[in-house]
Amino acid sequence: MTTLRESFDGCRIIITCGPGGIGKTTSAAAMATAIAASEALRVLVLTVDPARRLADALGISGIGNEPQVVPLDGPGELSVAMLDPQSSWDALIRRQAADEETAERILRNVLYQNLTRRFVQSHDYIAMERLHELVTRDAWDLIIVDTPPTRNALDFLDAASRMADFFSSRFLKWIIAPTRSGVAGLATKPLTYIADRILGNQFLTDITEFFVLLNSMYDGFVERAREVESLLQDDTTKFLVVSTPEAIPTREAAFFDGELRKRNLRVGGWLVNRMLPQSLGSESVTTGVAVLAQADLNALATQLAADPSMLSEVRDRMVTLAEQFAILADNEQRMARDLATGPTPVFAAYTAEGEIDTLTGVTNFGRRLLLAERVLKFD
Amino acid sequence: MSFPSLGSHRLLFVTGKGGVGKTTIAAGLAQALASQGKSVLLVALDQRSEIGDAFGVSNLGFDPVRVSDGLSVMVLNTEAALQEYLKLNLKVPIVTKLGPLANAFDFLANAAPGVREILTIGKLCHEVRQRHYDVIVADSPATGHIVGYLAAPEAINSFVRVGLIRSQTDWMVEILHDPAQCGVVAVTTPEEMPVVETQQLLTTLAAETSVRVAAAIVNRMPEPVLRGPALALAETLVAERPGIFETEALEGIVTATRLAISRRAEAERQFDVLASVVNGSFPIITQPNVINAADSVAMTAIISESLAEEIS
Repeated sequence: MTTLRESFDGCRIIITCGPGGIGKTTSAAAMATAIAASEALRVLVLTVDPARRLADALGISGIGNEPQVVPLDGPGELSVAMLDPQSSWDALIRRQAADEETAERILRNVLYQNLTRRFVQSHDYIAMERLHELVTRDAWDLIIVDTPPTRNALDFLDAASRMADFFSSRFLKWIIAPTRSGVAGLATKPLTYIADRILGNQFLTDITEFFVLLNSMYDGFVERAREVESLLQDDTTKFLVVSTPEAIPTREAAFFDGELRKRNLRVGGWLVNRMLPQSLGSESVTTGVAVLAQADLNALATQLAADPSMLSEVRDRMVTLAEQFAILADNEQRMARDLATGPTPVFAAYTAEGEIDTLTGVTNFGRRLLLAERVLKFD
Repeated sequence: MSFPSLGSHRLLFVTGKGGVGKTTIAAGLAQALASQGKSVLLVALDQRSEIGDAFGVSNLGFDPVRVSDGLSVMVLNTEAALQEYLKLNLKVPIVTKLGPLANAFDFLANAAPGVREILTIGKLCHEVRQRHYDVIVADSPATGHIVGYLAAPEAINSFVRVGLIRSQTDWMVEILHDPAQCGVVAVTTPEEMPVVETQQLLTTLAAETSVRVAAAIVNRMPEPVLRGPALALAETLVAERPGIFETEALEGIVTATRLAISRRAEAERQFDVLASVVNGSFPIITQPNVINAADSVAMTAIISESLAEEIS
């Protein structure tokens, strides 16, 4: 039977993607930790949204933009870094700008600051750009990337080519040289008119300056964008789709899976996180309920010096809870098997409550993820 | 302590971390308000929203669709909002699509400071002023982004020094800053990260805007397993597994109890964290962990009924 780790054997980049609130960041960090703890690999996990508790568990005070080594027992080495879009953009501009003065003018531009802070696509692009930069340092054997949980999270796949398109777009040329060509001039007019009426002319001055400056970096940007794209398409880059066994996250994850496949990117697996333990399935619970129904609780009550009626109240409540969980657990198993009929191998990971408070806890959770077995279509 | 009840507001922004059930709560809240005889407009601010699922309707767009008595739903689209704005304010006859400008507009709306935000907030405040509806419920961006929207009218004042918008932000600010009219509903689950994000939201909201929080909703609160000595007894049974509880066959029952106890305990802990941060400055409403809803429509009905009791 294939395990999750086997499905990603030989990868140099693993990109996790999925909706928010499903434990993606923790899973990425836990897998990286477990791999570094058991294999002689230098592993880096690049996260976007680290839980404070996770940083505490890894024994570091916080996670910053620069990779930081996490002290770990084992043959490998673990580093963590967090994506800070603003400083990554600033660094990129400094690298690409023709001279320091151009860089400074861009960094000071109001539009630039707003664009890099809030433009979602800019975060997607910089995440991939940052990945590329870290790969070229050649300091890690495996990089696990945790992507932003935006609804349009797949934009990061197209961010590079869109960035290239944008730079070569006629729109950009209109903005920069609105009056050079008659046709372009006409087309720009409503835009200028609207922008001027609504936003005032200061805005137009800022936007023009910004694009003129940015245009000077055109070649560098387009080349980088192409390199980033080929990195995503590399044989040793695989995607891990993550969801929980609930309807909405599953639907979103299925969308991700489909979009990745449409782009001919390699999907190594679909991790269904936080599944209820198999012992909660109705088969096991029904047997337990039958056994408990025949048990003599009076002896136990005496042994525990407990009120027999309270003991039976507790028993009844326990049976109800188990029966409720059994319905959920059965549904989850069915859902996982349904997913397994698709082209992507599905791996089930069981819930890890209260487990990730320590480095040992994180490592153990990561081991369980790596050893998660492929769910088969039929039981 | 008395607070303006949720039902007395004109504009409510429902926000929360991804995955906490923000949209479900927004739909349930809108439905609950409508069931009290109010006329309600539910607005999804995310263009890709699937809010229609909550009412079993599809293809919702900029034009409000009536989904039940007193409740209409629309999905906000900034391009359409701009067109409406231009028609109303500039008398610019752009009746067709913006066409080739759409891409440019889309880019601008993303890039230019506050354009998307001001069009969104502007449309919502416009609906408040129009009085076609008693209440506008906005299924808003996640906690990380909502403050950018609520601060937009003031932010744009500092950026745009002249122009038409400048003159219109005053009445928007007036609505947003009036706690009797407008409030944020912060949705969370009783889990660590969502509660941490809610705390961050409260801090930035107070630092960057004067918009008040109307209520926090703690969604998916697990029921107490047992109380007092009965709970202690259950804890002993699953920890020590005396007598019959030792048997392998009871593994499932023991695991279920252990899981239920630890989930409830963690939920209570997180609830207490939130309660100490809120410190009585607005009500905290809990919603049950609904596990038996047949589909999204049934879910909306359950949440709506449960919320109706809280907001009357």
